[in-house]
Amino acid sequence: MKAERTSTKRDGRWLGLYVLAYLVFLYLPVLLIPLFSFNDSIQAAFPLQGFTLEWYATLYGNPALSGALLNSLVIGAIAASGATLCGITVSYMDLYGRSPLAATISAIARLPILIPGVIVGISLLILVNLVALGPSRIAIVLGHILVALPTTVVIMRSRFAAIPRSVREAALDLGASDWTTFRRVMLPLSLPAVLSAFMLAFLISFDEFIVVFFLAGTEPTLPLYIWSQLRFPRSLPTVMALGTVILAVSFIIAGTAEFLRHRGLGAARRNPA
Amino acid sequence: MSTLVAAQAPESRSSSGFRLAMLLPGALVTFLLILFSLALVLFLAFRGNDGSLLGVGLTAENFVTVASDPLYWTVTLRSLIIAGLVTLATVVTAYPVAYYLAFHAGSRRGLLLFLVTLPFWTSYLLRVFAWKIVLAYNGVLNSALIESGIWSEPTLAFLNTPAAVVVTLAHAYAPFAILPIYVALDTIPKSLLEAASDLGARPFTVFRRVVLPNSMPGVLAAALVVFVPTVGDYVTPAMVGGPVSTMIGTLIQSQFGKANDWPFGAALSVCVMLVILVVVLVARGADRRFGSRT
Repeated sequence: MKAERTSTKRDGRWLGLYVLAYLVFLYLPVLLIPLFSFNDSIQAAFPLQGFTLEWYATLYGNPALSGALLNSLVIGAIAASGATLCGITVSYMDLYGRSPLAATISAIARLPILIPGVIVGISLLILVNLVALGPSRIAIVLGHILVALPTTVVIMRSRFAAIPRSVREAALDLGASDWTTFRRVMLPLSLPAVLSAFMLAFLISFDEFIVVFFLAGTEPTLPLYIWSQLRFPRSLPTVMALGTVILAVSFIIAGTAEFLRHRGLGAARRNPA
Repeated sequence: MSTLVAAQAPESRSSSGFRLAMLLPGALVTFLLILFSLALVLFLAFRGNDGSLLGVGLTAENFVTVASDPLYWTVTLRSLIIAGLVTLATVVTAYPVAYYLAFHAGSRRGLLLFLVTLPFWTSYLLRVFAWKIVLAYNGVLNSALIESGIWSEPTLAFLNTPAAVVVTLAHAYAPFAILPIYVALDTIPKSLLEAASDLGARPFTVFRRVVLPNSMPGVLAAALVVFVPTVGDYVTPAMVGGPVSTMIGTLIQSQFGKANDWPFGAALSVCVMLVILVVVLVARGADRRFGSRT
């Protein structure tokens, strides 16, 4: 038994080293982008030349870039709102609606995980052309709602499932209507998850490229702008400066979403009823 | 009347207005955006291309072309092999990480879980671009090798190869694999492992006979979540794969772009969905087998 314990401990140490190496593999290529964004050379190669903020300066006063950024922010906010609204209602009805329709909707809502992005893109492209909408910002919003939907449904579903059923039943027994129960009891109890779902949906929309490629009209989103710049070697340092800013903001939003989700779960565990 | 209502279960009091409002957004998105648009792809796949939006006539010609032209077999096979290798590499490298998280991480678990999933929330395009600057002729790997004296001249052997596509995709989808495996491992009761070693099983036997079979649902879920997006990917092949790594996603994309043959692109998409359906069914079957064993 004692020998068993020490061998497990030794295994743990080797595994710990492996996890460390894995994290290096995960982060090293990504961290090259900030590293070279401060490098005083067009070429992303060693040895590093001098330190410069020149590439960050080129980000200012670029109308194509700020237009794409604004587009991404607006589309991200609308798509995330739509995906979060669907995530809330779909998972709420799935758990409490007691109808086969609600269960079916919930199952289909998690389906886009099993559809490659290129197919989501072309199927929506055909749809928006059929209704004479064509590639447009609305088309992008619809695409991003689809891509973010499985995430928001899964987050909201696990949150609603963590609220004891007795909470909702007590509210209904005390005479609250469905609306009041949902709005005054269930929604406030799951607010951290709602915020977390919204932020993650926003990030998904903000970074999404594969679907948006088919649905964008004349107004590109930020990833499309980056894609267009990647063709020109001279603009690569600017892309790296822009990428660094995006990485930093994404890390902050993802960190906040994670914090909120955990706080929500922690609160549910502390006050189970 | 009021006593009658009070006697009923709370569920049955739902007002129809509430139900309608709560079901409507989800119903619109799932039935219109998902099911109807997929049905459109299926319909278009059986139409001839006359330049119009929904094509003309009713024909199986697109599928005949896919089946008879060796180009499509080659590209489909290559996509399956690359996606398969990516899935294998991702799951095999992710498993020990998930294992450490489930059994050894202790108080560091929350932080580590956050660190391994964080890259998933950053731009996919930027991660692929990062690999391009690592692998390029004038790139980081070549310059680092020359700088350190290991290499004397830069090599073209890194970029524009299927291997570059596999490494880049394995890196991009790594966080997808860890989470489902971790969740599966975490649900294995620790007492099961203790019972196995108390009964005399050596650590490796415990892993092979208890841990691995019990974690298979997570492994299969991880494999699916990595395989599906990679098999249709067209960004990574275009950026780091070169012409020798053209995948089926690239062909679909070009049918809806340059080639302007939407019915044929739809037929290719239907074929990809069929392949994925087969993979899902196989995974389901395997899941059930492992499920019944434990």
